[in-house]
Parts: sequence; structure tokens; C-alpha cells
Amino acid sequence: MPEVEAATRAGAFAAAKEETMAQLVIRFLVGGAIVSAFALLGDLLHPKGFAGIFSAAPSVALATLTLTVASEGRGYAALEARSMLVAEVAFIAYAAACTYCLGTRHTRSAPTALLLLALWGAVAAALYTVVLR
Amino acid sequence: MLIKLHLGAVKRTRWHEYLTRFVLGGLITAMTGWLANRYGPVLGGLFLTFPAIFPASATLLEKHERAKKRNAGIASTIRGRLAAALEARGALLGAIGGMVFAALVWKLLPRTGLTATLILALASWLCVSSLLWYARKHHARLRSVFR
Repeated sequence: MPEVEAATRAGAFAAAKEETMAQLVIRFLVGGAIVSAFALLGDLLHPKGFAGIFSAAPSVALATLTLTVASEGRGYAALEARSMLVAEVAFIAYAAACTYCLGTRHTRSAPTALLLLALWGAVAAALYTVVLR
Repeated sequence: MLIKLHLGAVKRTRWHEYLTRFVLGGLITAMTGWLANRYGPVLGGLFLTFPAIFPASATLLEKHERAKKRNAGIASTIRGRLAAALEARGALLGAIGGMVFAALVWKLLPRTGLTATLILALASWLCVSSLLWYARKHHARLRSVFR
């Protein structure tokens, strides 16, 4: 009987892995669609200072929370939202640094926005260590 | 100043630029799900605020502003970078609104339905961010805070 149990376990593992892959594909499609929709709205709006609000739209959060509630439940998604609340400080630091570099130092947009992602990561990691862990 | 919708901006953006945003947004959302699955919701939740839209938007904005000036016969300009800076300042205000969104989802989701929670949180995000933008635009003291 151990062979049967092992086979059942292997089958369950394969099913779980497959489900995870399917979930990732769904997350990719839903996330891509919602992020694109908010980005497009930001493109269409004028003045640009107001349109910038849509660059910080909770698009990834909308996609993730919806799918997480379906798969893991509301308590699990609420925990993700608590982390999001703390991590918004990292986004604020990122946006403030971008405003300074682009508006005052007149650096190029693409390298500035990409390099400063490291700042977002550093602040988020610090907040995770100090506040959430 | 009135908030306007410029539908002509759709034509300015190339199909591969839309595709880039779609792929980036999709990858970040999938990565967030994978991280939460592997390391738990506390760490995974941090990535809900990953700047998924801003880098591509700011780059496109600078590119389009530069092209506009080049067509007008002006070879060198920092206008695109200043426009991107304006967008970044807007994103900062949007992130403050994002804190309200996250706080509402955190507190309401365990007790309320998903759709109602997300609608209320999204409406609050838009209201708070827009009010901050309006207040900054019309009050000198706030302008010095959100420089």
C-alpha cells in the first residue's frame, strides 16, 4: 500500500503544481489587463499632475486581492492589504525621489524610474523588517 | 484648471508600448501571487505597491513630449522630464490615497463582501488623491509640502 499512497501524494502534488501554474497564468492576464487599463486612463487624462495619480493606482492590488480571496479567503487577503498599507510608504519615497530627480536634477525618465526601483525595494525591505516581521 | 480626457493620446501610443505595459503588469501580478504563495501574505502584500505603471508612463511621456518639440523645430528640451516630474508628484498623491485604499481593505474585507469593499476602497482612493491634488493646486502652504 505504500506505493499507492506515494502515487496518490505525487498525483496531488502534480495537481497542486498545475493549479498553481494555472493561477499564475490567470494572475498574469488579469493583472496585465487592469494595469493596462489604469495606465491608459492616465495617458488620456489632462493635466499631467492629475493623471499622475493613476500611476499609483492600486491596479496590482485589485487583481491580486480579487484572485486571492477566491483561492485563499478574505482573512489572507486582508493580511496582504495590511502589508500594502505599510509598503505605500516605500512608494511615497520612490515617487518623491523621482519628483526630485526629474524636476530638479532633470535626469532622464527611463533610467531614473528604473534605478529608483532599488530605493522602493530598500524602503519596503526595511519596513518589512522593522514593522511587519 | 479643468480635468480633461484627451482621446487623441490613444493614437500617440504604439501597440508595442501597450504590450510592454500589459506584460509588465501581468508579470508583477503573477510574481506577487507566487511570492505570497511561497513566503506568505505579509511579504507578498508588499508587492501590491510595486511601481508597475509609473516607469513606463514616465518614459512614454518624456518620449512623446520630446517628439512634439522636435516636430515644432526645437531640438533640445527638458520639457518631457518636467512633465514626468509632474506625473511623479501626482503618483505621490496617489500613493497617499493608496494608504486609505489599503487600510479600508484591511479592516473591512474580513467582515464585508469583496465587491463592496473594493468599490468603497477604490472610490476612497480616487477621492482622497483627487482632493489632495486639488488642495495642492489651490493652496500655497500645501504646495510647499508636496513640492
